[in-house]
Amino acid sequence: MKHSFVSMAVTIAAAGLLIASCTSDATPDEVVLLTHESFALSDGMFDRFTEETGFTVVVQTAGDAGSMVNQAILTKDNPLADVMYGIDNTFLSRAIDEGLFTAHTASEIATVPTDLRVDGDIVTPIDFGDVCINYDIADLSTRGIAPPSDLADLTDDAYRDLLVVQDPATSSPGLAFLLATIAAYPEDAGYSWSEYWTDLFANGVSVAPDWSDAYSNQFTLAGGTRPLVVSYASSPPAEVFFGDLAEAPTAVMTDGCYRQVEYAGVLTGTERGEAAGLLVDFLLSREVQEDVPLTMFVFPANTTAALPDVFVAHTTLPPQPSSIDAQTIEANRERWIQEWTAIARSQ
Amino acid sequence: MDTGVDGNRPITVSRPFGRFGTALVIAVPLLFLGYFFAYPLVAILLRGLTTPEGLNLGIFGDILGDRTLRGVAAFTVWQAALSTVLTLAIGLPTAWVFARFTFPGKRLLSAATLVPFVLPTLVVATAFLNLLGPQGLFGIDLTGTLWIILLAHVFYNFAVVVRGVGSFWATIDPHLEDAARTLGASPWRAFRTVTLPVLVPAIASTSALVFLFSFTSFGVVLLLGDLSHSTIEVEIWRQTTSFLRLDIASALAVLQIVGIGIVLAFYGRFERRVRSAFRYLQPTPRRPRTRGERVAVPTILTGAFVYLGVPLAILVARSFAQPSGGFGWENYANLVDLPDRFAAFISPSSAIANSLKFASVAVIIALVIGLLAATALTYSSRVVSRTFDVFVMLPLGASAVTIGFGFLIALDRPVDLRTSLILIPIAHALVGIPFVVRSVNPALGGVQNELREAASTLGASPLRTFLTIDARIVTRSVFVGAAFAFAISMGEFGATTFIARPASPTIPIAIFRYLGRPGAAPFGAAIAMSVILMLVTGAAILAIDTLGSRSDSR
Repeated sequence: MKHSFVSMAVTIAAAGLLIASCTSDATPDEVVLLTHESFALSDGMFDRFTEETGFTVVVQTAGDAGSMVNQAILTKDNPLADVMYGIDNTFLSRAIDEGLFTAHTASEIATVPTDLRVDGDIVTPIDFGDVCINYDIADLSTRGIAPPSDLADLTDDAYRDLLVVQDPATSSPGLAFLLATIAAYPEDAGYSWSEYWTDLFANGVSVAPDWSDAYSNQFTLAGGTRPLVVSYASSPPAEVFFGDLAEAPTAVMTDGCYRQVEYAGVLTGTERGEAAGLLVDFLLSREVQEDVPLTMFVFPANTTAALPDVFVAHTTLPPQPSSIDAQTIEANRERWIQEWTAIARSQ
Repeated sequence: MDTGVDGNRPITVSRPFGRFGTALVIAVPLLFLGYFFAYPLVAILLRGLTTPEGLNLGIFGDILGDRTLRGVAAFTVWQAALSTVLTLAIGLPTAWVFARFTFPGKRLLSAATLVPFVLPTLVVATAFLNLLGPQGLFGIDLTGTLWIILLAHVFYNFAVVVRGVGSFWATIDPHLEDAARTLGASPWRAFRTVTLPVLVPAIASTSALVFLFSFTSFGVVLLLGDLSHSTIEVEIWRQTTSFLRLDIASALAVLQIVGIGIVLAFYGRFERRVRSAFRYLQPTPRRPRTRGERVAVPTILTGAFVYLGVPLAILVARSFAQPSGGFGWENYANLVDLPDRFAAFISPSSAIANSLKFASVAVIIALVIGLLAATALTYSSRVVSRTFDVFVMLPLGASAVTIGFGFLIALDRPVDLRTSLILIPIAHALVGIPFVVRSVNPALGGVQNELREAASTLGASPLRTFLTIDARIVTRSVFVGAAFAFAISMGEFGATTFIARPASPTIPIAIFRYLGRPGAAPFGAAIAMSVILMLVTGAAILAIDTLGSRSDSR
């Protein structure tokens, strides 16, 4: 039996070492960035921040944007991080009401269009993306159907069973598209968004739980049956970029788009307020701003940042994307989603 | 039915570790589960249900009065029960074949059954939609129906039945059944009266696991069901992340836990009602002999092979479908190439290294805690044992989202573990522990007291008796549990992405990242990465199995 005890002891010691290698400690020169799971910047980007400021950035990812905001709210008395990046206008009002952020005016805030900015600079806009209907150019032309030009077209019989959207209760672009329809067909209008959605369901709209399922399973480009999909205005350049293509196989319907703005903010309760402010400044600096298009497929908030060629050549930005102010979203989000779900389930 | 077994006979052999040792054997898993499961869970539920005016219990009334939520609860139970019955019906014949027979490629096939277990739901959904979707190979569109959800649950849980029941079945003496046959019993009667009663604890054990897995099903229901299909787990997630309604989410989580507690208590009774006095044997599988066997064994194996193999084959085929057209290695080349060109993508080598590291730690934790827990269950009084048993199983049925948030508000003292990487293998181990316990427990419970008594009569100390009798006998089932714990960790996505932690991506997270980008190239790379996950997991399970069978023949 002796042999077994020795090997057991060795195993336990090895386990201890493995476990020890899994734990980490923060040091005083670190600044912690809490962000969502889709966050990405080019390798070495934060090394430049360290060279410039002496602070090392530790990135902590925390699920999707909703989970991230929840985490920050639950831990606000003993925060996990110094800066949060990636909160959008869907949850912004709630986060501000909870007192999550301390105002900080970024050094290059003047480069940001005023309509993106938030009162009192509680948070700093970093990037934006437009959620728009994308269509499969080749598939529509094979069917002999013209691309839809506005939201009203989608209820037309010509587009029966052609559109896939995402569930606004489980998907961020899904919620953005619902908000676009609410902006286009307000509740007090003669034809309200709920009537629009009733017509959309009558016209055979399909609902996917998330963007990946809609775009990579149900969209015709991926072998599915639906040539119209709710995605981003940046999806066509992404297709070109990842596929090394000359022309985008998809295009964007520029009506009925919804603009999602992502913000960064200094978290209240941080003991490294100065470093946190510097990190927010850095996120708005041209270095980072020129990196975000090809790492996260969003548009920089800083207007002095140059766009990559593939964005310039293959992006059609909607002339008038809708947006709904954060307070109105906060006051109605739950009710809107529940009413939408009721309409969806009654079909 | 007289099985010649006295199910309620107390264990008479003296405790192998003395009074103090036994207390320690219970205390360690109790403290672990208490600190990493019960405490965070209670903390978050109290936080969610507490308003400035005090505890808000009215919310339970609101939920029970809500027709939609009642429907969600009913569907959750209904689909879980159906999934369990279906998985048993499809898995038990295969478990029998694996337990009783040898055939070429057996070890490989056995390892392969665990592969579906680790695949991300979106990837499995893709395969299922290719088969049973609007343009499916089989020409029937089951999208959005209960059927496709059930078929996916069976696909995922097949291994739980085959490996869980099969490993136990193999140790039941086949000669008992032969004897019954000689006395004139039909094969079915021989099975029903001789083997089945002994098998019941293992079947109950695995049913509980399958039920809990399906009960808390999230991705499958979300991706393959339609809006009319929602489980409590999906609802908790929606309430938390879309509505930030922690109160409703907490109340739902409480109801979920209570429901699971009731189910587990019921299973526990069932599992214990028949305590076997089976003669432990080295498994002696043989080639199919009779004509019936020569028909049944290949038929059952082909069925299992097709069920598990076709969706996996679809994925492998898709991984070779090149974005630029034709078939070839382009997706695999992109796996290496895309992360170089593009920071949003994770290189396969670092993802594989992280996954293996987390999985190894998770297996060690799950084995240490799980074995102590299983031993404690066997050697403590019935009341303690039953309560503790339910407690050990609860993490499998508790809402992952809720526990994740619980970690955040509870684990900042005395040491701030909230952003520590160790939380990832710990979270994985919480799900792995029930598998270790469920694998080991029936075997440990089946160790005959006569054997233990014989050992002590021959002068062995209680500890020595435990090490020579109990430990030897359960080794095989320990490896079964270890393989499950490993597979769970390799495939886990929810907790890994949810726990706030420094970047250390695993394979499922890498797949998720690829799936999150538009274009055929990232999607193809995601499928290629899934195939790599299948291969890495399959190879590791094969290694664990091989170690397990070595220890068997020692």
